[in-house]
Amino acid sequence: MDYEIILMTLAGIAVIAALGLNLITGFCGQISLGHAAFYGAGAYGSAMLTTNGVSFWLALPAGALVAGALGLVVGLASLRVRHDFLAITTMGVGFLFVGVVRQQDALGGEMGIYAIPDPGLGRLGYMVLVVVLAGLVAAFSLYLKRSWMGFAFDAIAEDEDTARMVGIDAARYKLTAFAMGTAIAGVAGVLYAHEIKYIGPDSFGFPESIAMLAMVAVGGIGSVGGVAFAAVVMTVLPHWLQVVAEYKLLLYGALLFAVMRFSPGGLAGLVRSWRARAGRFGIAATGKDEP
Amino acid sequence: MLAFELTVQGLIQGSIYALIAVGLTLVYGLLRILHIAHAALFTLGGYFGVLVTNATGSFGLAIIVAMVTVGGLGMLVYRFCYEPILDRPPHVALIASIGLFIALEEVFRLVFGPYGISYTAPPLTASVAVAGMNLKQAEIMVMAGVVVLIGGLAVLTRRTRVGIAWRATVTDPAMAQSFGIDVIKVRYLNFFIGSALAAAAGVMVALLNNLVEPTMGSVPSYKALAIIVLGGLGDVRGTLIAALALGVVESFGTIYLGTILDRDAIAFVFLIVVLMIRPQGLFGRA
Repeated sequence: MDYEIILMTLAGIAVIAALGLNLITGFCGQISLGHAAFYGAGAYGSAMLTTNGVSFWLALPAGALVAGALGLVVGLASLRVRHDFLAITTMGVGFLFVGVVRQQDALGGEMGIYAIPDPGLGRLGYMVLVVVLAGLVAAFSLYLKRSWMGFAFDAIAEDEDTARMVGIDAARYKLTAFAMGTAIAGVAGVLYAHEIKYIGPDSFGFPESIAMLAMVAVGGIGSVGGVAFAAVVMTVLPHWLQVVAEYKLLLYGALLFAVMRFSPGGLAGLVRSWRARAGRFGIAATGKDEP
Repeated sequence: MLAFELTVQGLIQGSIYALIAVGLTLVYGLLRILHIAHAALFTLGGYFGVLVTNATGSFGLAIIVAMVTVGGLGMLVYRFCYEPILDRPPHVALIASIGLFIALEEVFRLVFGPYGISYTAPPLTASVAVAGMNLKQAEIMVMAGVVVLIGGLAVLTRRTRVGIAWRATVTDPAMAQSFGIDVIKVRYLNFFIGSALAAAAGVMVALLNNLVEPTMGSVPSYKALAIIVLGGLGDVRGTLIAALALGVVESFGTIYLGTILDRDAIAFVFLIVVLMIRPQGLFGRA
């Protein structure tokens, strides 16, 4: 049973991180290839605090704050550069994060930080905390999508110049999206650090950023349900099937490629088109986008 | 003297970057795709170089085989991976390309083994004294090879009908097509030449390190991206200068910044600083 609890915890953490990225890339259309840096910032921030005696409950918001502050700075970059330039800049931020952390003895350098204190909730309690937080993030995402801010994000994602023309303050919304999405990644990072109890520079490298992007892309960019589903499946599957674990990267790569090549809308896009097809034969179809 | 040696080492490294990045910038200039999987073709070029040299004993033949086969594969990548998704938003091709790259790296690991392969009898290992420093023949070969290849590319694009058609297509595809240029053929040519150059770079890196491993493309994959962005996405001359400049900056940076920053992160400090000042890249036009 312990094993399943750990898997659930890890899946919940992945859902939180992926939904944070979905907020930036899916809702607001700002592609980020460095999301693991913010995940890492949260993890390092809280690990530094709790190993120095600060309570986990203070470290959790503090980690989110550190990640969100870093995200705000990177968000400023998104005001300067767009599209492909932004993708590469965010990728650069990811490499920079790892490159800097690796050389800081204060942050454990190459060896990372060991013996991160247990939050004292027990395995089950911790899982419940993670799942509840994941649920809150999902609920917040759904709320955001239907709010005025969500519409503004949508407009910016669709066509930033036109959005500006109709009076949307694109700069402010983009910064907000970055700050919120990265703070959420920070929360995921804190939870990860206190679950695994060890973090190092390699826990937050480019492959992790790509894994998160894979969850968002496979689930369906912008779809809360799709992204959460993909995050759970893509976390749990490699653990369940040892065969898959062996070829984990090959599958990740192939899946990412295949989804983009054959169904750029991801799983959510597939579901939508199946529904539309069903509708043509007179079965129920609402015509509305699924959240 | 140290400064001189660092500069030369930087230029050698930079010319390898240049060979990889030129193909990438050509693809971007024509199709607006960030072709991450390009680095997988670079790795494959390295493998072909070592395997053919070990099998036949001829290094020259190995370079040619690597360039032609990998160039052909580049065309297949275009045909089967990019062509069907050209009209999608740019992130679709980007993510597909990342996926393809990760998958190909794993395929290399499964096919060629995880530990890498070396030349049984490494060619060009003798060292030569040039201007007071000892350079390996291989290093001189690499620099000469890069000058020949890039020079050849320059002649091709400026002096031949094919090259002029190519440049016309990059500038304005619709107009080029209305003048009777087969735009699709130009795309294949573009992928062939870009991939062949990456393969040549792979062979050269294999020669310098005497090792080819499945992951040897991962560092160049993102570093080449930083370079083409610095060069102003799609600008070949800018890319060349940026590649050489980065090589030199890195070789100095490793000595003077090594304690606070990883060597491989220097490219991105350089990149972010430049982009914040000039969002269109060092040489790009606004």
